[in-house]
Amino acid sequence: MSSQDWAYFSNYAIYSAMVLFTLAFFGHAFETAWAVRTPNAASETEGSLVTKTFDSSRTQKAMRIATAMMILGFIFLLVGVVSRGLSASRVPWGNMYEFSITGALAFTGAYLAALRKYDLRWLGVLVSISALLTLGTAITLLYVPSAPLVPALKSTWLVIHVSTAIISGGVFLLANVIAAAYLYLDNMESKGQRKVWAQRLPSLDDLDQLSYRLVAFVFPLWTFSVIAGAIWAESAWGRYWGWDPKETWAFITWVAYAAYLHARVTVGWRGRRAAWLCLLAGSTFLFNYVYVNVWGTGKHTYSGL
Amino acid sequence: MSNETQLPELGAIALVRYFWRQLTSMRTALVLLLLLALAAIPGSLIPQNAQNPMAVSDYFEQHRTLAIWFERFSLFDVYSSPWFSAIYILLFISLIGCVLPRSFEHLQATRALPPKTPKNLARMEHFQSWPASGKELELARIWLKAKRFRVLESEESISAEKGYLRETGNLFFHISLILILVGVLIGGLFGVRGSAILSQGERFVNNATSYDTISFGQITSENSLPPFTIKVDKFVAKYNTLTSAPEDYTLYVTTVAEPGAAPKQQVVKVNSPLTFGSTRVYLQANGYSPIVTVQDKVGNVTFQGPVPFLPQDGNLRSIGAIKVPDGDPQLGFVSSFLPTYARGSDKSAISVFPELLDPKLLFSIWQGDLGLDTGVPQSVYRIDTSNMKQIALDSLKPGEFLKFSEGTITFEDVVPWVNLQIVSDPGKSYSLIGGIVAILGLLASLFTRRRRMWIRVTDGEVQVAGLAKNGAPGLENEMSQFVSKLKGN
Repeated sequence: MSSQDWAYFSNYAIYSAMVLFTLAFFGHAFETAWAVRTPNAASETEGSLVTKTFDSSRTQKAMRIATAMMILGFIFLLVGVVSRGLSASRVPWGNMYEFSITGALAFTGAYLAALRKYDLRWLGVLVSISALLTLGTAITLLYVPSAPLVPALKSTWLVIHVSTAIISGGVFLLANVIAAAYLYLDNMESKGQRKVWAQRLPSLDDLDQLSYRLVAFVFPLWTFSVIAGAIWAESAWGRYWGWDPKETWAFITWVAYAAYLHARVTVGWRGRRAAWLCLLAGSTFLFNYVYVNVWGTGKHTYSGL
Repeated sequence: MSNETQLPELGAIALVRYFWRQLTSMRTALVLLLLLALAAIPGSLIPQNAQNPMAVSDYFEQHRTLAIWFERFSLFDVYSSPWFSAIYILLFISLIGCVLPRSFEHLQATRALPPKTPKNLARMEHFQSWPASGKELELARIWLKAKRFRVLESEESISAEKGYLRETGNLFFHISLILILVGVLIGGLFGVRGSAILSQGERFVNNATSYDTISFGQITSENSLPPFTIKVDKFVAKYNTLTSAPEDYTLYVTTVAEPGAAPKQQVVKVNSPLTFGSTRVYLQANGYSPIVTVQDKVGNVTFQGPVPFLPQDGNLRSIGAIKVPDGDPQLGFVSSFLPTYARGSDKSAISVFPELLDPKLLFSIWQGDLGLDTGVPQSVYRIDTSNMKQIALDSLKPGEFLKFSEGTITFEDVVPWVNLQIVSDPGKSYSLIGGIVAILGLLASLFTRRRRMWIRVTDGEVQVAGLAKNGAPGLENEMSQFVSKLKGN
């Protein structure tokens, strides 16, 4: 296939992945909504209080289909990202469109990998919609035709630095989603019992632990990504650290997560405060990605985003 | 602490001690860490002198009053400002004050034996007991030794501990952060950084006068520059024919490492600099230098040579100034150069491709006083025409010349120029080692679990228990392995 063919092929794969994520989203939404059962009229004659119950057995199938769609979507997205790279004969990390599709890949990949160990399917609704929004934004607003890299990006460090940054970003965002879920449920519990649909979600303690573990797992990778970036900057720009806006925000993210880890491990923060700190740290990463790429100046902005 | 009378009377030494303890406390370190992140923000939003001095002067022109206030708070030099420095110096003092005592403690702890088995194991986590068969202690000893636990044995019990690597990694991580800062410091004190623009065919001799800009570290002198020379033989840039985006820059040079050494042909690319000992030479930017000759009315050459022009856009529309101070009156050519000439929709001259497909030099000729003797530094790309008057306006292709009232200008040819950045940073290897150790230490401290396990055999009963520090997971599995081993399965 010619490079043009690969580029089209990549676009079709991405569109297909979006369709699949949409199906996964509806599957997850359906199973969450339908599992809540209102008691039939006969059994509620006793009291005036209508108690809803949660019965996920009848939506098992929807859940399984949704997860299958998620996996299929991931595979199509993977094909889309790889063929995008083939179309330009390089790694597909040359502009913001490519960062976004790879970021969505890392995010869904992190979710599916975590799914093997923890039952995170309750997160499926959020994960599928986030992946869908990211891909939608990428293909409508950020799309640029496939083209070779500018000279500054021609380096092995591109593969090392950018791939680790994207994977870190995917996991940081997953930790953020879980921290947000923690705060939401914590708020719900403080007002009384959890709502019926939320009762099958993990306990607050488990959520707290999970977001911490994701951060602790990926923090060394992020550190590595920043240091790999510094080594690359030394060989491309003549200095390993120059307070370029992107570097500054990478540093801020690093410091914020370092503070989070210290707060948890050494000072013993748990729950609300830790979740807020986790969200704060994650939002510095997002800010770096969006602000510095789109409106920022400095050496990390390349033509066509 | 609202009630002041409760504060004890503090002597001077006690006061110093109090502040030291406050400063080295974890809570303070955490606040300083977050403060550092917060303090780094303005530098990414406000233009910085170190990164983009042009943007700073633009800011001064557009927002005069605000800029003056920014200046007062060093907001154009955030990362070298007193308040930013204050935060990170405090943070590192706090770090050292925290890490050093812990290192000594840990050094002692690694040589010490685990504490004795607690009296009442039933109160510990993961407690299990079953009737003894008699071999349990021996089996436990073998298993724990094989798993590289550190053990303290007594007649009827064994206390075992593992995972000291956690603290070792933790300490190495924090010490390596100090090493990174030492590397930065050495770079700042002993480093040299400068840049020079060279047109194709020109030669660079590494001494201070050859540089366009140069800055020395606090303890570096001009004599420390290594005596190499670089001759720019050829520069080749390739561009994408559809998008005009650059695809490749290759610079061919001939270098001489020191006077008398054999010349060497070398290639420089954006990601592969030249290396002379601890000094490296980077290819940073490029553009075009039209070669022009200016003659006066009687034919004497008053100016000749390549003049670097400053690129303005992706298609390398460039502006420049040809200054002829040796004529009487002085002459100036306010010029722009277009590698592939075309007319824009508003009839202005534009370039449609960055390569030399249809090069054209446009200029207006001014005569009068160039203002070079006033002592005010001038841009090499611009001419201050306030004391001059325009006498002609024209354009030339390579090989063409123009006669005007004060003489002749010939546009001989055009060659590329490159901007070489020449950097010596003797501290960077320390920072690199610091970075590598930091990651290894981080991995060790985050993924090692520190835990204790105990076994006691009394009155025909086996008791085992375990304790995971920091609530680390995974001890259940290890305990069940331990127990099944003891039960002989």
